[in-house]
Amino acid sequence: MNIVVCVKQVPDTAVERTLTGAGTLDRASLDGLINELDEYAIEEGLKIAEAHGGEVTILSVGPEKASESIRKALSMGADKAVHVVDDAIAGSDALATSLVLAEAVKATGFDLVILGSESTDARTGVVPAMLAERLGVPQLTLSSKVDIDGTDVTVRRVSDDGYDTVTASLPAVVSVVEKINEPRYPSFKGIMAAKKKPVRTLTLTDLSVDASAVGLANAATEVADFAARPPRAAGEIVTDEGDGGTRVAAFLAGRKFI
Amino acid sequence: MAEVLVLAEHAGGEVKKVTVELLTAARRLGEPSVVWAGEGAQEGRARLAEFGAAKVYVADSGEFAEFVVAPKAELLAQLVGSASPAAVLVAGTTEGKEIAGRLAVKTGSGVLTDAVDVTAGPDGAPVAEQPNFGGAITVRSRVRTGTPIIAVRPNAISAEPSEGAAEIVAVDFTASEAARLAKVTEHVTAEKGARPELTEAQIVVSGGRGTGSAEGFKVIEELADALGAAVGASRAVTDAGWYPHAFQVGQTGKTVSPQLYMAVGISGAIQHRAGMQTSKTIIAVNKDPEAPIFEIADFGVVGDLFKVVPQLVEEVSKRRQL
Ligand SMILES: Cc1cc2nc3c(=O)[nH]c(=O)nc-3n(C[C@H](O)[C@H](O)[C@H](O)COP(=O)(O)OP(=O)(O)OC[C@H]3O[C@@H](n4cnc5c(N)ncnc54)[C@H](O)[C@@H]3O)c2cc1C
Ligand SMILES: Nc1ncnc2c1ncn2[C@@H]1O[C@H](COP(=O)(O)O)[C@@H](O)[C@H]1O
Repeated sequence: MNIVVCVKQVPDTAVERTLTGAGTLDRASLDGLINELDEYAIEEGLKIAEAHGGEVTILSVGPEKASESIRKALSMGADKAVHVVDDAIAGSDALATSLVLAEAVKATGFDLVILGSESTDARTGVVPAMLAERLGVPQLTLSSKVDIDGTDVTVRRVSDDGYDTVTASLPAVVSVVEKINEPRYPSFKGIMAAKKKPVRTLTLTDLSVDASAVGLANAATEVADFAARPPRAAGEIVTDEGDGGTRVAAFLAGRKFI
Repeated sequence: MAEVLVLAEHAGGEVKKVTVELLTAARRLGEPSVVWAGEGAQEGRARLAEFGAAKVYVADSGEFAEFVVAPKAELLAQLVGSASPAAVLVAGTTEGKEIAGRLAVKTGSGVLTDAVDVTAGPDGAPVAEQPNFGGAITVRSRVRTGTPIIAVRPNAISAEPSEGAAEIVAVDFTASEAARLAKVTEHVTAEKGARPELTEAQIVVSGGRGTGSAEGFKVIEELADALGAAVGASRAVTDAGWYPHAFQVGQTGKTVSPQLYMAVGISGAIQHRAGMQTSKTIIAVNKDPEAPIFEIADFGVVGDLFKVVPQLVEEVSKRRQL
């Protein structure tokens, strides 16, 4: 089975983030790491390959720097990687990113594509559904459990008020939520082995994607303006001296909540 | 005036609150037409009329519940083709965003998610306000290609009534083969009881690992009930199985924007804050004075939640009786 896992390198959420003049995230100034949920996607891909046989290919669309995340994914145990790098891609919106991903997935060949359900920087959560639409294969997104039986895939889809059980046939697009597994840490052996694993670099030309379909200048959405929200005024913090509950009640009454 | 499509969220003929919020926003952009996928439109019609729906496009098909997301996106694409709307508004739920994403690909349009406000720009085209970085920065964005598709966060826009005709227009719709690939075989809903819905509630009381156990978490429910609030939980709690996942607040759970959010025994990790930082008022109870949740709290008590919360419940009940 050919399993492609989409991995995005994102800025470290623990550090302060800023916007560029164009209102996009200033990614250049930040250390990158694997989007958290994509680690769960990698883990699920590895588990499925271990249980059913097959190969796991990491796919990342992003600048040169994203190779750090690709190496980490390979050191977790993935077999090989495809890195789409092209200056024209910078600043792409979800519509363009999903286009590039779809063409790269097709070029790689796939039975199953696994993504995180959301990236911490864009937080749009639309790429997996867009990819399923573009590839014309079943959308098995927001999965907290994936079972494969021959060519059938059954997932538990987290819904707004519980969950749905959803079934489809391969090939398919799956996105995962963090409930699904516990991502492994790369072993020393894995880290050494990753250095020799093949990483194929592709450009837009290799994928026959027109540069006019991607990038900031061609994005279907644009930032009109942005402003720092006034920081929350420092709140009042009190220590409970046997009257903590009463003091909260007084605060609530003052704000007319009770 | 151009039509603005609003995809209704409904269950058992009942219109969800977010839908009337979307109608309120849609009226600023043009003439709102509701898109009703599935059954129950007759029951929901009165409420849609109350919030200014001019038309209600009804596609009464079981396919919307039977197959994941794709049929709804296909219905919207069909109506975008026939009605040439000025914009399409959907609820900014996880599913709503997926519908928006597929529709964007189908129609070659820009999509904006996580909007907390939508207004008409100088040229009449929609401008969406989106909180960024957990609310620290507000970005105002526009769509410049295709039909603007905007996913609006529930509970962010306050609904205002305005009369509309809500004329029912039956739509002939059959999902294509491509939209019938992912089949729902089972639908399980978590017990929510009589409490308000988490993303719609005015007040949310959330508990974290500090509650210690499923048994300990009951103090959160008691406080929520005293305040008429919805119950939320941190991931530590849902992972431990003390409370169902459907109630998780945060980056990978629900995003909430209530008037009042109470974080009890929650440290305030960035992934939790991402789901509640735009709440109007935040109260924290935590025994650790260094807990990051205090940085964003309007009022905080450093103390043991098992002492503070029961006293608060008692105090609230006392005041209620006055
Ligand atoms: C990909 C990813 C996605 C995530 N998504 C989410 C998400 O959607 N939502 C989410 O919440 N988290 C999410 N997390 C997890 C997040 O990082 C934190 O681990 C989690 O929020 C911690 O939950 P907590 O605050 O309840 O527990 P802790 O961080 O353990 O905090 C417990 C707090 O309770 C206090 N406490 C203990 N006992 C008492 C007492 N008796 N009285 C008062 N206070 C007490 C402690 O001082 C402490 O501050 C995610 C993590 C990852 C990696
Ligand atoms: N540039 C990218 N390269 C590879 N995968 C991506 C990229 N952007 C998004 N993804 C995938 O899409 C998922 C959802 O991202 P998003 O829709 O941007 O929130 C991520 O968890 C990744 O798996």
